[in-house]
Amino acid sequence: MNKFSMILLLAGALGVSACNNPDRFGAGGGAGGAGGAGGITAASLGDPNDPNSPAYFNQTIGDTVRFAVDQSTLTPESQNVLAGQAQWMNQHPQYSAVVEGHADEQGTREYNIALGARRAAAVQEFLIAQGVSPARLRTVSYGKERPLAICSDEACYAQNRRAVTVITVGGGV
Amino acid sequence: MSVMLRTLCLALAAIGFNAMPVLAQDGPLRIVIEEGVIEPLPFAAPAFIAENPSAAEFADQITRVVAADLAGTGLFREIPQSAHIARISNFDAPVSYADWKAINAQALVTGSVALGSDGRLNVKFRLFDVFSGQPMGDGLQFGGGSANWRRIAHKVADQVYARITGESGYFDSRVVFVSESGPKDARLKRLAIMDYDGANVQYLTDSSAIVLAPRFSPDGSRVLFTSYETGFPRIKMLDIASVTSQPLADLSGNMTFAPRFSPDGGTVIYSVEQGGNTDLYALALGSNQPVRLTNAPSIETAPSFSPDGTRVVFESDRSGTQQLYVMPVSGGEPTRISFGEGRYGTPVWSPRGDLIAFTKQNAGRFHIGVMRADGSEERLLTASFLDEGPTWAPNGRVIMFTRESAGAGGSAQLYSVDISGRNLRAVPTEGAASDPAWSPLLP
Repeated sequence: MNKFSMILLLAGALGVSACNNPDRFGAGGGAGGAGGAGGITAASLGDPNDPNSPAYFNQTIGDTVRFAVDQSTLTPESQNVLAGQAQWMNQHPQYSAVVEGHADEQGTREYNIALGARRAAAVQEFLIAQGVSPARLRTVSYGKERPLAICSDEACYAQNRRAVTVITVGGGV
Repeated sequence: MSVMLRTLCLALAAIGFNAMPVLAQDGPLRIVIEEGVIEPLPFAAPAFIAENPSAAEFADQITRVVAADLAGTGLFREIPQSAHIARISNFDAPVSYADWKAINAQALVTGSVALGSDGRLNVKFRLFDVFSGQPMGDGLQFGGGSANWRRIAHKVADQVYARITGESGYFDSRVVFVSESGPKDARLKRLAIMDYDGANVQYLTDSSAIVLAPRFSPDGSRVLFTSYETGFPRIKMLDIASVTSQPLADLSGNMTFAPRFSPDGGTVIYSVEQGGNTDLYALALGSNQPVRLTNAPSIETAPSFSPDGTRVVFESDRSGTQQLYVMPVSGGEPTRISFGEGRYGTPVWSPRGDLIAFTKQNAGRFHIGVMRADGSEERLLTASFLDEGPTWAPNGRVIMFTRESAGAGGSAQLYSVDISGRNLRAVPTEGAASDPAWSPLLP
């Protein structure tokens, strides 16, 4: 690893460490990271070509799995993605993860919190079964509060019924 | 029975008005709030008399709020002041009933306002049944600080409403809700409180963390809500007077949400999520020992106490879809009460105990509906892309809820509707708003 990518990785780690509060959607509603003047945040995700970076986890392995309407069952495709997530986590014990569960807007607010929790737990259980220590995994549900796509038809709903594995720094919670 | 009263009854019968003249001397004018089309009862509210010059503006504004409260129910229709023949120049002067009959005013509200040098308002009012030519009840006066002029106006309107309908009023009440701003995928939410009609908004939290679904304590002094302040949904309790909040207790469980006070204010019932499973728990305030009420692998949430405190209605998907169940307050075998098509959620017991309001999802639409506590006589009151989260007016006659519009630019707004499905109207708020919870009638 050259000096440059080392610095980049370090910067990435620092950036991610600012996200230790699992509420990525907290202050200002934007993605987390170090707070700057005027609430502008900055956080490096690392190099997606570097298989050791969270960016690689997010983009190449895939940090998101989707669900059918009102379901929390993992499809075979989702299980493949999660197997990749587990493998990466097992190889990178310096990281933990918060699994976020989400629902589409076609449900009542509190039910959707519970439904999102069910989805996050399904992912958590799968990762644990693949050897990731339970101490490295937490779950949170946002219900329908943080959609990814904002249209009101199935094309968007399908993207919003999701669980996202958000990598954070630290080997255990 | 006077000739005029007989005429009134006939007129009411002819337009299908459910009026039940009471033959006792003290009040023949009456609206019985029931189902069916109601022709609003015409009333006149001439400007309240200002007893001193500094009271002039208050007198005018108080009259407007009283009239707006009454007309806003859909049960009354104001005859504009420009159509009045008689002029009221002295609060204690005799009423010229003929002039009010001539413009077909069936009820007449008169008042006066005095502003003391100490800044206190004294507001008097009288209510008259024009067609029987009699006062309805005694004149009454309210005193209070001038900053509370709207509350005093609401109290006058509550009296008028109560005397004519025989039901208690609901105007002197508040609503706690979630004020929303920002785009749909990064919505900012903060708790706010306002008068039932949207006036006097005060923000109770900032928007640094998502907040959800507030609920009043039975005395209206505190609010339970769910906050993402810690990064996880957690129940907090807020004292309205001091605008300070704290975690409800050091509750175990990954996520806690959907908190509701018991009718005596001593217990909080709420949902706990653990390992993907959500169940209901009860916590006596002041203790740190939650009692588990449900124990099922399904989702149990959105609880609501019966007003007598003996039962709890909640939603569960134990049957495969969201449905409504009633159980004893200490837990035990729940009885399913919803059996129609679609999914049922967010049940809320009426303060009168007779009905349960709910959100229904069916065939891609959302509805607010009501059913009897045993699940019978289900009626849907609204339909839209997304209606949810009913809350009851203190008298159990009106429901407020969230209506959200579709699409990328969709936003939430508060609406109210009466329990027969009439009088659907938007509640004015500064920006987008959701999750209303209606307070009890203020003391």
